Order: sequence, then C-alpha cells, then structure tokens
Amino acid sequence: MSDPHGAVRIGVYTCHCGTNIAATVDVKALAQFAATLPHVVLSRDYKYMCSDPGQELIRQDIRDHDLNRIVVASCSPHLHEHTFRTALKVGGLNPYYFHMVNIREQASWVHVDKAQATRKAQDLVCAAVRRVAFHQPLERGRVAIHPDVLVLGGGIAGIHAALTLANAGKHVFLVEKEPTIGGHMAKFDKTFPTLDCAACILTPKMSAVRSHPNITLWTYSEVTRVDGYVGNYKATVLRHPRYVDEDLCAGCLECLDACVYKQAKVPDEFNMRLSKRKPIYIPFPQAVPQVPVIDPETCIQFKSGKCKKTCIEACGDRHAINLHAEPEIEEIEVGTVILATGFQTFDAARIPYYGYGKYPNVYTALEVERLVNASGPTGGEVILRDGRKPQTVAIVHCVGSRDENTHRWCSRVCCMYSLKLAHLIKEHTGAEIFNFYIDMRTPGKGFEEFYQKLLNERVHFIRGRVAEVTDWELDPSEEGKLVIRAEDTLAGFVRRIPVDMVVLATGLEPRADAPEVRRIFNISCASEGFFLERHPKLAPVNTFTDGIFLAGCCQGPKDIPDTVAQAGAAAAEALALIDAGYVETEPNTAHVEEAVCCGCKTCISMCPYRAISFVNEIHKSRVNEVLCKGCGTCVAACPSGAVRQHLFEDDEIFAEIEGVLSNA
Amino acid sequence: MPEDLKPKPDEFEPRIVAFFCNWCTYLAADLAGTSRIKYAANAEVVRVMCSGRVDVQFILKAFAKGADGVLIGGCHPGDCHYQEGNYKALRRFRLVQRLIRQMGIEEERLRLEWISAAEGDRVRVVVEDMVKTLKRLGPLRKPGQPNLLEVA
Repeated sequence: MSDPHGAVRIGVYTCHCGTNIAATVDVKALAQFAATLPHVVLSRDYKYMCSDPGQELIRQDIRDHDLNRIVVASCSPHLHEHTFRTALKVGGLNPYYFHMVNIREQASWVHVDKAQATRKAQDLVCAAVRRVAFHQPLERGRVAIHPDVLVLGGGIAGIHAALTLANAGKHVFLVEKEPTIGGHMAKFDKTFPTLDCAACILTPKMSAVRSHPNITLWTYSEVTRVDGYVGNYKATVLRHPRYVDEDLCAGCLECLDACVYKQAKVPDEFNMRLSKRKPIYIPFPQAVPQVPVIDPETCIQFKSGKCKKTCIEACGDRHAINLHAEPEIEEIEVGTVILATGFQTFDAARIPYYGYGKYPNVYTALEVERLVNASGPTGGEVILRDGRKPQTVAIVHCVGSRDENTHRWCSRVCCMYSLKLAHLIKEHTGAEIFNFYIDMRTPGKGFEEFYQKLLNERVHFIRGRVAEVTDWELDPSEEGKLVIRAEDTLAGFVRRIPVDMVVLATGLEPRADAPEVRRIFNISCASEGFFLERHPKLAPVNTFTDGIFLAGCCQGPKDIPDTVAQAGAAAAEALALIDAGYVETEPNTAHVEEAVCCGCKTCISMCPYRAISFVNEIHKSRVNEVLCKGCGTCVAACPSGAVRQHLFEDDEIFAEIEGVLSNA
Repeated sequence: MPEDLKPKPDEFEPRIVAFFCNWCTYLAADLAGTSRIKYAANAEVVRVMCSGRVDVQFILKAFAKGADGVLIGGCHPGDCHYQEGNYKALRRFRLVQRLIRQMGIEEERLRLEWISAAEGDRVRVVVEDMVKTLKRLGPLRKPGQPNLLEVA
C-alpha cells in the first residue's frame, strides 16, 4: 500500500479504566493487536489513561517517538475527547490528529463474553487507526459571547439565578409565564426542616428582582422561538396582555375594589381554587410586579361589552387600564440561557381509590399548604370544606411517586413536606395525625432530626401504602368519617383508621409544557420527561446544547436548598462563558471544493441554517462556516462530492467502515 | 451470563455497521453502557454528527466490505439536534432501500431507528432484534458468491 499521508506515526493507547474495561476486554491482547496495525509505531496499555500520568504518557511519547497521530481506546468521547485533545495540544500536536475509541460504554459495559468484547474492541481500534491516518490539522473557531442572559421561569431557581447574574453586572431577561414571579415557593407557608417562613425568605428576593437595574422582568410572557447558537441566541418573547399597563400602574389596587363584581366569584388559582377572586385581580398580596391582571375569560366587558367599566373609572388619571391591549412581541439577543421552568404536582384524581375530587375532605398537600398559610384562603386556620376543624388527619405519602402505575421515581420532597405539614396541622389544630409511608426518606441536613422531632410530637407513622380512602363505615366509630385502609407492614395486619381529613402527598412531575420548551430550546429530556443534564455528575447543570443551562425542578425533583444551589451553579456556568468573552467552536464544519462543485444547488436546500449561499459569478455554492453547525447533511447530499466536512471527511468514514469490517 | 448472550460455536454471527448520530442514538448507546444493559456484540458504531450525514455510499460501502446489516440511528422526528437532518436521513433511507432491493439485498438488512438519548434500553432491543433477523437471513455474501457491490 502506498502511503498517501507522508510519514504517519500512530500511537495507540488502551485504557484499563481500573477494571471497568479490563474485566471484559483483554486489554493486553488489544494493545498487542494494535501494534500490528499499519502505521502504528507504539501501542501501550495503561490503568487510567485520563489521569495525569496517562496523559503525560501521550505527551512524552509524542516527543520521544515523533508520533503524529494518537488513538485512545477508553471511554465515550463525550466524556474525555476534550481531555485527550488537550493532551495532544500540550504535547505539541494538533489536537485533531486524534481519534477516540469507545470500548467502555459501547463494549466492556454492554457485553459479557470476553472474547466477543475483545474482538469488537479490536475492530473498533482498527477502524480508528485507519481513520486517524487521514486526519488533517484543524483550528477551532471563536465566537463572541453576548453578555446578556435569558432566564426562563421566575420560581426560586430563576429568581436566584437572575439575581446572581445581575449582581455580577450582567443584564438578565427574566421571563415568567404567570402574572407574578415566585413560583411554587410563594404558595408555601413554612419551609422544612427549619420552619422558616417561605414568604419572609422569598418576597425580599422577589422585590429585589423587580428593582434591580440589571433585570428586565417580563411576567405573563413566554418564549415562543429561539434561534442561534451559544453566545448568540435570538429569542422571541410573547407578552400576553394583562390589560393593566405595568409602567402606568401604581399598584394602588383601587380597581379591584371598584370592579362591578362586589363578591369575588372566580376560583382563585393561586389558592388552589380554595377561595375566589374577581376578574381583575392580583395573584397574591406580595405579587411581583404589583400590577393587577384582567382575566378576559370572566370579565364582563370582554364577555358582553356591557360593563360599566368601574375599574377604569377608579384608575382615573393614571389611565393604566387598557382593555384594548394587544399581545406584544419582544425580540432579544442573549448569549446564554438558564431554564428554570419548574415542575407541576401530580394530579391526585388520577388515582381514583384515594377519593380526590369525590370526597370533599380529601386534599392535596399543596391545598393544605394554602390552608395553613396565614395569607391563605382561611387566614391560616385548618378548617374542612364544611367548616369543621379536623380532629384526626391522615397524610398519605407517595401519591404519584414510587408507583409502577403512575411515576416510578421518588419525588424527594414529599416525606419532608409531609412531616412539615404534620407539624403545622398539629400546631394549628391539635389533631391526631397518621402518616402512611412506604419508607421515610430524610437524607438532608437537619432532616432526620426533624423526623425525630415529629416522633417526639407523637405524630403516628404507619408503614404501608394506603389501599384506599373510603366513606363506607363498618361500625359507628367510622360514621361520617373517611376511612383509610392500609396494610401495616410492620405490625403485619390490615388497619382501618377513621379520619376527618386526608392529605395526599402528591409527587413532582415534569410540567405539561416541558416537551414544548424542550423543542424550542433544542435540548433533551430523560425518559420520565425532566430535562436531561449533560452529565449526571460532572455537568449537572449543562445541557447538550452549549450555552443552555438547567436549574431547579425542571431537571428533576429537588428541595429548595438544592434548587438554589443548582441555580447558583447555572449562573456560575453562564458567567464563566460570558467572562471568557468567547467560546471555541468545533471545526467540524462543511466546506465546498470549488473545483469539483457543479453548481447544482442540491446542498442549499439541505441546510436548515441557511449557511450555504450560491455565488452567481462563479456558479458555485459556498458555505458560511460561522453559520454552519456541522451536521454534514449537505455533504451526504452532494452528488459530486464537492461538499466536504472537516473531521467527518468521506475518506475518514470510509476508512472507519473498512476498519470495523477488516476481519469480516 | 444470560443464556442467550453466550456465544455458540459455529453459529453465524452477523456483522452490523451502525451509524449513530452524536446527539441522540450515540448517547443512548452510552447510556446503555452506564446502565450496564447487556446486548449482543454484533453492532459496531461509526459516530456521525447527524443521521443526515449518512451518505448512501457509506451504506453501500459497508455492505460491500462485509456487513450483513446496516443500522442507522437518529433523533426522533422533531427532535433533531440540527432541526431536520433526520428527515433527510429518512428520505435517503427510503431511496437506499429500493436501491438495495434491486441489487438483491433484503430490505431488512438496512434499518433506520429513532432512538433518543434517554432510550438506552432501546439500543439493546434494536440490536438484538436486528441480530435475530440477520441470523434468519444468513450471511449477505454466501461463500463462493461474487461481491456485486465491490465497485461501490
């Protein structure tokens, strides 16, 4: 075979990864096999190639043996390709004279037979050796990072991330779907395990968002479209009309009193429909912004056009109310995005045998959060829908969690919030409280101590999943009560416990609109529907789309401390990008060999980024490498082979195909 | 070792070249690894950035060089990292299916699957199923038969 590459000198490095690879792939045999392949001048195996001594091995060999191509057979390139490319660079070699062979995730971990796994690893190494001979030196491009940040979601995660960035001097666009920021946390009374008041720690942060000069807050708004790439995203934000101008409104709320509805008649979403609001309303007294919103579904003027419009009268000279307001579209440019879109609670009505929606005294935990809240619908009094004070309360854990029929995951917060609610209900009513649990999960700072405190407060804990909630009484003691039927798995018999009130500890699930958000931002979801992080341990707030970060429960169930920590991490990741000022781009872009291009324009229709233009003067296509994202679709479509892709050249892939099939 | 994963001597072991896109199916194969899901060692992965990069020539080259089957893995429709490369892959796949049929290659030897980054187990299901199919079909090139694809 004549050598088209000059003096190609390949070094092959096989990693044991402790025993992760070595247990299933015969690494010694693999290294010996690699040494026999064409152009390979050196083949080594080493315990941990990614460690500093492992990398040093490569750097030293490049110098000592004049290596000019490197193949590392170890884990997934998604984990350590960057590590080894950097080692090449430090060793004085162009980092793209490198190819990585995945013999861990895609060989040793998925196969059981050592001979087969080793044979497959040999094929893959052979493919890489053949491929790398064709590699060309490449340079990474640089893209400037726009310093502004888009934070989507105004719960505690979004608020914390926005404030962190704004305090660092970056401009943040905080976009929230609801008319107020605050998210779920604004609905809570106390937070576990410290029992500090949720409002006291949240509302100051909410008003800080409102008054911060570096934050543009758009509530009642959603992102409808995102274009661009890391450093240069263009987002379209749809601002729904609230019919009260945010700039003109002073927040006096006189329009609320003036509404022709003297009594509030519309179920109040913020209070979980346990109270009523008017068609013009403010979600809750500490809402940010402190601007009412008109609900066109229930406002008489919108429905019939025959209202006296007393709200406008009350507003007087401010003229803040504009019933003809239209949706507004804002176009913004940002460099990075933090998604903090949160969660929704499991719909308890999906489990019919727990009687939610059937028995009025079955509540969800979030409803009870509002009941125990001093600013809630009952002023903090725990009273049933019929006005009675409950004497006995059952808290049913794991509703929509750890259940094959609904969601298999543990929602992480329910044990702790159930303990908190047990404490609060007992404090407010003195009721006897029964917790029905599968396992108590209290693995946070101060959590187990809180559990002990509840045990000392003589709250009852019964280990067993509740079979049903029924009003079918068997004896007079159960009359007029809800009966919990559950197997007490510690005592070993089925119990019937009559109670006045049932609290369903509903789990956390991905929001219904998560798939839409995912599509708009082009990120991945895990199988259960939460957004997928780039790496569960090493890149927990990154996504596979550069410049887009995750914070809070949109990534998975978590409590407030973890959410805030993650929001801080996401802000730090964004800051790191912004302060670097630029990001290096992968060089795997397409380019046109003008001498070969016949000007058929096939490639142009292939490109979703309009990166290819037609140069009329020379009748050829041309790729704008800044716009090109490197998918290679145009390359595969070009009938004359004129469009080529760096790092994925036809020659390279053909060599790879021949390599994997070399012993077929 | 599960019984069905044990290699049986003398049994035909089909060779599959798998073109997996970097963002969905390659990650699914990585996830299968981190989840320690066990499956047949017959498929060998060639990573491409997008299923849209899979050139008709790659498929023909693989068949010509001894593959008994070719698997293309991409993101689910609507989920492509590059917006619509997977649709282009689908179009090309349909074309190649017709082409190989005319060459006397069974259509089942070429397979296109949408496997998202979260579907590690789907990689196992697809590979195992394809191995089963190919074992039923037997080797693409019977001993002594000329290789009509060698020109590719």
